[in-house]
Amino acid sequence: MKIHEYQAKALLRKFSVPVAQGELLTEISQLPELYKKLGAPVVAVKAQIHAGGRGKGGGVKIVKSLEEAKTQAEKILGMTLVTPQTGPEGQVVKKVYLEAGAEIAKEMYLAILLNRESSELIFVASAEGGMEIEELAETHPEKIFQFPIDPLIGFRSFQARELASQLGLEPKTHGAFYRFCLGLIEAYIKLDASLIEINPLVLTKSSEFVALDAKMTFDDNALYRQKEVAALRDLDEEDPLEMEAAEYGMSYISLDGQIGCMVNGAGLAMATMDVIKLAGAEPANFLDVGGSASEEAVTAAFKIILKDPKVKAILVNIFGGIMKCDIIANGIINAAKATGLKLPLVVRLQGTHATEGRQLLAKSGLAVITAESIDEAAQKVVEAAKKQAA
Amino acid sequence: MSILVTKKTKVVIQGITGKAGWFHARQSLDYGTQVVGGVTPGKGGTFMEEGPHRLPVFDSVKEAVQKTGAEASVIFVPPPFAPDAILEAAYAGIRLIVTITEGIPINDMISVKRDLSRFPDLLLVGPNCPGVTTIGESRLGIQPGNIGKAGKVGVLSRSGTLTYEAVNQVSLEGLGATTCVGIGGDPIHGANFIDILSRFKEDSKTQGIVMIGEIGGSEEEEAAEWISKNLKDKPVVSFIAGATAPKGKRMGHAGAIISGGKGTAQGKMESLRKAGVIVVDTPAQIGAAMKKALAA
Repeated sequence: MKIHEYQAKALLRKFSVPVAQGELLTEISQLPELYKKLGAPVVAVKAQIHAGGRGKGGGVKIVKSLEEAKTQAEKILGMTLVTPQTGPEGQVVKKVYLEAGAEIAKEMYLAILLNRESSELIFVASAEGGMEIEELAETHPEKIFQFPIDPLIGFRSFQARELASQLGLEPKTHGAFYRFCLGLIEAYIKLDASLIEINPLVLTKSSEFVALDAKMTFDDNALYRQKEVAALRDLDEEDPLEMEAAEYGMSYISLDGQIGCMVNGAGLAMATMDVIKLAGAEPANFLDVGGSASEEAVTAAFKIILKDPKVKAILVNIFGGIMKCDIIANGIINAAKATGLKLPLVVRLQGTHATEGRQLLAKSGLAVITAESIDEAAQKVVEAAKKQAA
Repeated sequence: MSILVTKKTKVVIQGITGKAGWFHARQSLDYGTQVVGGVTPGKGGTFMEEGPHRLPVFDSVKEAVQKTGAEASVIFVPPPFAPDAILEAAYAGIRLIVTITEGIPINDMISVKRDLSRFPDLLLVGPNCPGVTTIGESRLGIQPGNIGKAGKVGVLSRSGTLTYEAVNQVSLEGLGATTCVGIGGDPIHGANFIDILSRFKEDSKTQGIVMIGEIGGSEEEEAAEWISKNLKDKPVVSFIAGATAPKGKRMGHAGAIISGGKGTAQGKMESLRKAGVIVVDTPAQIGAAMKKALAA
């Protein structure tokens, strides 16, 4: 789960991670009062959306007066911000964060994330702050430093000193740097984060470390024990179809193509998308109805797929294991009838009772196209979609 | 021979009094698996009964091991309690722990995995996996028992239903399967591809291997390197799911995400091809590709 910068900073403050003073604005009328409350000579006006790269899209501006702040905030609030991470459709800005500017002596990059290979958390750091770290990783991998955080012992002082030296920090700042690191680790572990990224982390002219930007994401599996974090979810930033699927225990992600997919199992669902592409079309979505798909799940999945107006044809790909194909076939028939399905439907059933399932579909009176292999199913659905679009 | 489990392996089910635990305990018994009992703290001394099946329930894994001689465990415990269940099994002397539970917080698994390093001879399979089946002998987990025939192909995979596809196809091709292992879709898990590949290498019955990977992480790349050095005599057929998955989107499995340009399907396929692995473009070709490779 993702949260906004202002929310991440409020959380980090609780773990003694220094962040600048800031105020959240949802209506332009709040600006004069909040600006006065901040009382800073330089203020950053920052769009609050979940995607990164806000500065590049014009979502972050530095101002020095109330008038300037008003001009910029009016521009940003309500704008459709397009950044490299939002996709071309962009994201509407509904909140703006006003933050006291810092006198920057040095900008760095610091993040905590999971290193899957070693099954532990690591610090990733660079003296090149404010840059896209992924870009830097490609062009100058030698400028990125990594340090493991032992799950049982933690991060040691000597490691912090070594990392600080690599970042070019003077010894007199190493103690404060270590405390900053420890605060981040504590926040990460106690809040079940899956990423904390401080970019840039700045050293001010008065030798203080401040998180100038903060990005936090959280482990969805741990939200059951993180009520405070779960409450920060911003529904304006979520795809309503993804949310609806999640309520049924299904995993749905909308994509740009025209073939709606319904598959059981995440791996098979990804494979189905791949095969559709090989057959010459694009999937409209990823949809995993769960390894043991039930009739209710199939019905809910149909409804979700049909809410996407881009969909021109639907492919159902189910490998029946313990859940038998004849039961799934009945689910498909009932769901197709209940939703008044008009689009071409290709169904591929394989595994337990596959033959019985196909017979049920053939006898249903529905115009269902059946297939035996994934390849055949993909070819048939792509053909059907082309006819439908023509 | 086969790997990990045989029809003699004694198995205990942790979380047997739950719906899924008891359902799959019975499915495994019907398959022929030596399920000798279950564990649910607080329900020790009772029995789970239905039809021909009757199994004792114990309060702890330790007690179950002492009274039944259980060697392997299958965990169906809900996510908040599953990390404790894994460690309980390890400390009770179980050396094969198959964790089916989906949704264990990642930070919990980091600590569990570190603690398990005390037990170098222990293998954790999963979490969030379909389990291990030695075809025709023993079934630990949730794999359907009726889709495969015993034979000569070892199957390992990060995905559930794609594993069944592979077993079904090699069976339809008349090759059959030996052992089928789903290592799970979580970013932190126990057994990796190499742990299983090295066992298939030593298994005289396994003549070919199907390895199904997906986007995210670097295990397929590491497996490719291992294969190029250690596995010359058995053909490996591989499919990697997620070639069309967009960057930064998590595709169902918590582990299936492309981040920072790493873990792409294209990169994995390239590494595997370089290692001499036969990489197929669609899962529909797995069975035929293996048949061709074994005939060569």
